[in-house]
Amino acid sequence: MARIIAGIGTSHVPSIGVAYDQGRTQEPDWKPLFDGYEPVKEWLRELRPDIAIVVYNDHGGDFFFDKYPTFAVGAADLYPVGDEGWGRRPLPDFPGDADFSWHLCNSLVYDEFDLTVCQELAVEHGFMVPMHLCFDHDESWPIKVVPVAVNVIQHPLPTALRCWKLGQAIRRAVDSYAPDQKIVILGTGGMSHQLNGARFGHLNTAFDNDFLDRLESDPKALTELTHQQIMEDAGAEAVELIMWLTMRGALNDPVSRIHRHYYAPMTTGMGLLALAET
Amino acid sequence: MSQQIDKSHPIENTNVFDQEQTRLGYRLNKFAMSMTRPENREAFKANEEAYMAGWDLTEQEKQLIRDRDWRAIMEEHGGNIYMIMKIGAVLGQGLYQLGAHQRGQTYEEFLATRNASGAR
Repeated sequence: MARIIAGIGTSHVPSIGVAYDQGRTQEPDWKPLFDGYEPVKEWLRELRPDIAIVVYNDHGGDFFFDKYPTFAVGAADLYPVGDEGWGRRPLPDFPGDADFSWHLCNSLVYDEFDLTVCQELAVEHGFMVPMHLCFDHDESWPIKVVPVAVNVIQHPLPTALRCWKLGQAIRRAVDSYAPDQKIVILGTGGMSHQLNGARFGHLNTAFDNDFLDRLESDPKALTELTHQQIMEDAGAEAVELIMWLTMRGALNDPVSRIHRHYYAPMTTGMGLLALAET
Repeated sequence: MSQQIDKSHPIENTNVFDQEQTRLGYRLNKFAMSMTRPENREAFKANEEAYMAGWDLTEQEKQLIRDRDWRAIMEEHGGNIYMIMKIGAVLGQGLYQLGAHQRGQTYEEFLATRNASGAR
């Protein structure tokens, strides 16, 4: 049977991708961020998961506001690296597992998540930055992926509770998949940041650290946050954090913390929380 | 219905990208999205006026782009930062330059407010 063996919450800031591509990961201001992921990379090397479910949002990589899905799931055997407006990044395309994806889609739709099924989907920084922060690669990736895109940029957004329930539904889908597959789920985005208006650059490290605390020990409390509360405290774009709740909703309690890291150098709180079920 | 946004308590100096913003900014954001194709970036760089003429933009919207008036695009004309930054990238202005402009600061002034500005 398939089973979820790890849950990871992580930020997905585009500048991390630029620094990575330019080989600047050991520069003084970048080193704390990249070094912060090493324990998780090492842990995942040992776990050798087969599939990564990556919950992320598209920032105009493949979706535009002509039709912007609330929830979309990839169902392909390959996801090409997209072009967000500054060229294709030098990363290998991502192998998928269409059989597992279709199982996931069937299970989620019959579980009343009416999603958009994507047989072609180009992935972008929201998806790719967490992948290269957590997994080694050369010309290929050591793991197959399922992109799960959530609308967190054009209101109305799904509620925090809805994102949590999506995680619970993903868990039911995994638990009902017969092949013996080890699965890791990544919830990505934020943490505190605002990129519009005169409040550009707003950070709230206290909020971020409280969120990390509660995600681990009291996640249900976070499902009660409204978008307004998150945006007021942590910045308009911090509402991406509701996608971390999808990851957490897919894990059964009790969980144990494998690693936690936080760094806020520029305009976004960059958090990392790796959890395993105990 | 779950109340997620409280319009009676607007967040200071913040545009929530909701139905009003996305309808207002549709033309500008769609134009920006066109920059995801390399041939469009090349055409825009080669001749901004000729490229803009091929899109459904008002004269005022074209002027905002000519002026690189990121603050007005974002605050008054429904720009979505993830789209508008694609225009900025073609014109050699990154997210943080767009941010400094929205804050009414020079790029250097903005960087001085950050914890570790080498991480950019």
